Amino acid sequence: MPVTSTETLTLASEPDVVVVRRRVREVSAQLKFSLVDQTKFVTAASELARNTLIYGGGGSLSLEMLNGPRTGLRLTFQDHGPGIPDIPLALRDGYTTGTGLGLGLGGAKRLVDEFEIVSKVGEGTKITVTRWK
Amino acid sequence: MEKIPILRMGEFLLVTIQVDMHDRLAMALQDDLTARISETGAHGVLIDISSLDMVDSFIGRMLGNIAAMSRVLDAETVVVGMQPAVAITLVELGMSLSGVRTALNVDAGMDLLRASTITKGSRNASHIH
Amino acid sequence: MSEIAEKRSGTSLVQAIAKNEDKILADWLREMGSSTRRSDLMKDAELRNQCRRMLDLLKQGLEGGGAKFDSPQFDGLKDLLADISHSRALQGFSATDTAIFVFSIKRPLLQQMSEGFAGDTNALTNEFLKLADLVDAAGLYTTSEFMRSREEVIRRQQQDMLELSTPVVKLWDNILALPLIGTLDSARTQIVMETLLQSIVQTNSRVAIIDITGVPTVDTIVAQHLLKTVTAARLMGADCIISGVRPQIAQTIVHLGINLLDVTTKATLSDAFAVALQKTGVSFERLKRE
Repeated sequence: MPVTSTETLTLASEPDVVVVRRRVREVSAQLKFSLVDQTKFVTAASELARNTLIYGGGGSLSLEMLNGPRTGLRLTFQDHGPGIPDIPLALRDGYTTGTGLGLGLGGAKRLVDEFEIVSKVGEGTKITVTRWK
Repeated sequence: MEKIPILRMGEFLLVTIQVDMHDRLAMALQDDLTARISETGAHGVLIDISSLDMVDSFIGRMLGNIAAMSRVLDAETVVVGMQPAVAITLVELGMSLSGVRTALNVDAGMDLLRASTITKGSRNASHIH
Repeated sequence: MSEIAEKRSGTSLVQAIAKNEDKILADWLREMGSSTRRSDLMKDAELRNQCRRMLDLLKQGLEGGGAKFDSPQFDGLKDLLADISHSRALQGFSATDTAIFVFSIKRPLLQQMSEGFAGDTNALTNEFLKLADLVDAAGLYTTSEFMRSREEVIRRQQQDMLELSTPVVKLWDNILALPLIGTLDSARTQIVMETLLQSIVQTNSRVAIIDITGVPTVDTIVAQHLLKTVTAARLMGADCIISGVRPQIAQTIVHLGINLLDVTTKATLSDAFAVALQKTGVSFERLKRE
């Protein structure tokens, strides 16, 4: 699928989560997503950015604008933290490790069109979410 | 770090959230509000979120916490002005904010707070014999 | 193939087009057949024009050394085909008509090409295969652009229909009604939800009545969407009342195990209106007759 452009944002401290929200909002508005779709995607991005920061110990986000037969936006959150030992459990609503993982993953999954998670204990986590126009 | 201003309006407190809040700012607001309610003995808190174009689970939980803590301090909390897109997203996220009272705007919120304080007042008065 | 032969074959197609453009066009139009030409949708002159432009851009691309449809030399051709398929989609051509328009250029070109090869059938075959690949790719591209345009038209029409069929009515100060008519599917219900919530903000309405008298069936998905609407409205500070719940729907809801405990439901719109008036602190007085 031809990608129009990719940019990377670092997630090292709390204000970075705000930067992520703003950038995702800007790009999805640029791609002319409906207001509700924008809000859903920005909210998902906020949840996942926070997880990357707090649970993953910091990491990065790459934004890809997708421009094939369908227009879309893809976000890939990557960290090199402890990894998630039990993914289905983490995706369940209300699950929390005490550091705020509750409602984050499961909820974010409902707000996006495609959700992919790859995680290895001791190595890190990569979460890719996509929203189509 | 900037703080979110808390205004006093009679026996109520008014908070207008206009900035994009990072978690620490949200926690600070929680602390500041509870402190102010204690100090002032306010009976109601109005939180205006009409400028927020996004409310995620953390901010949602913060609003719930504020409502719960205020109630312990004998104050009612009303959240006003939630945007439709934000409401739809929160529902999709699975947050219903059940402990939080809501109103369409500041006026409606004030009416709600006044009505609840009157009820409380008369309830308290009837206990004094 | 020897270098000389290569050069000859590369240019022979271009030459063939240059020398015999009118003949190619005539053959091409004939090849399309009257059913595909759709003279009811497009005048012959316009069709000729499209064919001529396509032929010219094909020639240009080949002259520029373009080997495959993806090559940048064919960008002009690509743009033209996208344009043509977009307008054809709007005009009401079928996808097949549009594809045949492109594919039917092959035979006329082959006929003209063969003259430049003086019986060297190997070279001719190779060259024709290259042409065929090019035209096939162009045809596929045209078809996918056609589909895209069609889908966009359908989507827009659906949107229009949706907006027409979800009128939000102001019954009184602070009271809105949304009479739903027809079958509700997931997409429609979502639009309905958004429209209603927007109206609540715009009209400052504390109470919204969703009337489903005109909705024949309610399944789990629709019921869930309705519940989500009610929850969202509540988060915004408004109450929803669902009215027009017929016995069959009530049964369905119970059988599906949907929890409506939190939601006010009324059998008729007028019952709901009465409740709404009460909630907004309004009462009516009957005037004494003089």
